[in-house]
Amino acid sequence: MTATSVTGPRQWHRFSLTERIMRSAFYLMALIAIVWSLRSIEIIPEFLYDAPQQTVDLFARMWPIDWAWYPKVVHAALLETLHIATLGTVLAVLIASLVALLVARNITRSAVLNGIGRFILVATRSVHAVVWALFFVAVFGPGALAGTLAIAVHSIGFTGKFLSEAIEEVKSGPIEALTAAGAPPLAILLKGYWPQVKPAFLAIAMFRWDINVRESAVLGLVGGGGLGMALDTAMSNLYWDQAGLVLFVIFVIVIAVEIVTAWIRGRMI
Amino acid sequence: MSDTSLSARPQRLAFPPNWPARIGFTALALYVLYASTVVDITWARFLTGLEQGSRFLSRMFPPNTAADKLALLHSGMSESLQIAIIATAVGVLLSLPLGLAAARNLAPAPLAWASRGLIVAFRTFHPVIVAILFVKAVGFGALAGMLALVVASLGFLSKLIAEAVEEMSMKQVEAVRATGASFLAVVIMAVLPQVMARFIGFSAYQLDSNLRNSALVGLVGGGGIGATLFTAFQRFDYDFVLTIVLAIIGIVMVGEIVSGFMRRLFQ
Repeated sequence: MTATSVTGPRQWHRFSLTERIMRSAFYLMALIAIVWSLRSIEIIPEFLYDAPQQTVDLFARMWPIDWAWYPKVVHAALLETLHIATLGTVLAVLIASLVALLVARNITRSAVLNGIGRFILVATRSVHAVVWALFFVAVFGPGALAGTLAIAVHSIGFTGKFLSEAIEEVKSGPIEALTAAGAPPLAILLKGYWPQVKPAFLAIAMFRWDINVRESAVLGLVGGGGLGMALDTAMSNLYWDQAGLVLFVIFVIVIAVEIVTAWIRGRMI
Repeated sequence: MSDTSLSARPQRLAFPPNWPARIGFTALALYVLYASTVVDITWARFLTGLEQGSRFLSRMFPPNTAADKLALLHSGMSESLQIAIIATAVGVLLSLPLGLAAARNLAPAPLAWASRGLIVAFRTFHPVIVAILFVKAVGFGALAGMLALVVASLGFLSKLIAEAVEEMSMKQVEAVRATGASFLAVVIMAVLPQVMARFIGFSAYQLDSNLRNSALVGLVGGGGIGATLFTAFQRFDYDFVLTIVLAIIGIVMVGEIVSGFMRRLFQ
């Protein structure tokens, strides 16, 4: 018995045969997809000849940046962008908390309701904030209201997903103690669940706010208010020095928000 | 004696009021009120909007499935897919060297800091803004959208690769180096095996996110389904808009399933 198994050098493989076949099939599929894309995509080569000149021209028009435009228009637009991001995040967190309660299996014990909640999360997340903004601009007219709602609705999916996961990970001890003491459902929610999910809740809200500042800076391109609106105006008027100013302001505010959230996160942990 | 001291002791509440939290929430509520008035969000405007919204929704149903519209949808969607696939492939290929150059345990410090600066610049700007700049540089069409998504992929993937490489165990690197291996051999034999699984996971996620964003770059002239969507909006073809949005949701969901499968395959 043992003698037969020792005969001949044994072959060692890192992955099983099925794994290797699946992976090779996957590489093949990826290759086919890339080749298909490269062969059928339409690129107009004539546009490429003058790309370097166009790029140089673009930056030459942006320089020197028109700083005088900042106090006139961009400062107000910057504040509006920050308001849109913050209001949108607050609204998103409020709605997402309700949806998260619906999705969390340890709170809502109905598979149908869980499914409905999950669908809301996926549907809001799949449509980009800018597309939501197009919708809301058509409904409410251009301005900060459309932008805020676009940010809020798009953020529900992301925030709700992580919140429901945090709720499902709650330890059952305090909940059972409160139930045994005869606490009403709202009290169980506030004193049993809330203290346990609070750190995750604040971290998620902070992380989403960081993303939302970035997103709200471009919503104005479709009429959602804020810095994007200023950028759109500048570019429509072909004032590239003003567009350069807006791009610079976006760069600074995004970095500043990242530093602030990193600092707060460091202090919270 | 003991009785009075007991009663004198302040009653301990099971749930004492949490003043910092109360103040925090009040401040947040006040801010929301203030900010809403500043950016002119009013209840009246919301109500008129709702009225408008119901008219809007009624014009969206049923989704338009006329043959010529479906042909438009198909050509826009396949262009978006091509943009996403090429952008992911190019992004993955380029992000590997950039990520390695940004890892402080492998690359010399000046190179690492320069690469990090580049990655931060790539990550800061939203793909839509990058797309605007590329549309100016290389003209309208799929190429501009593709380049914008390549930049976005580079920013995301390189950062995560650099982090993964910095977290890996240096023992294997030292072992391979001790054999006198060249830098390329160190990367292939010691670094890649440690980060490959995570790298493929990130790439799968990036494919997902590029699919989503390829619908977006078209709004500013970057080609693909976004261009079709924007045109439909401007022509008030709201029933076709609904068709497009549903198609985007479908593609994104399929993409999520594919990338989930990919992650499990290379776990």
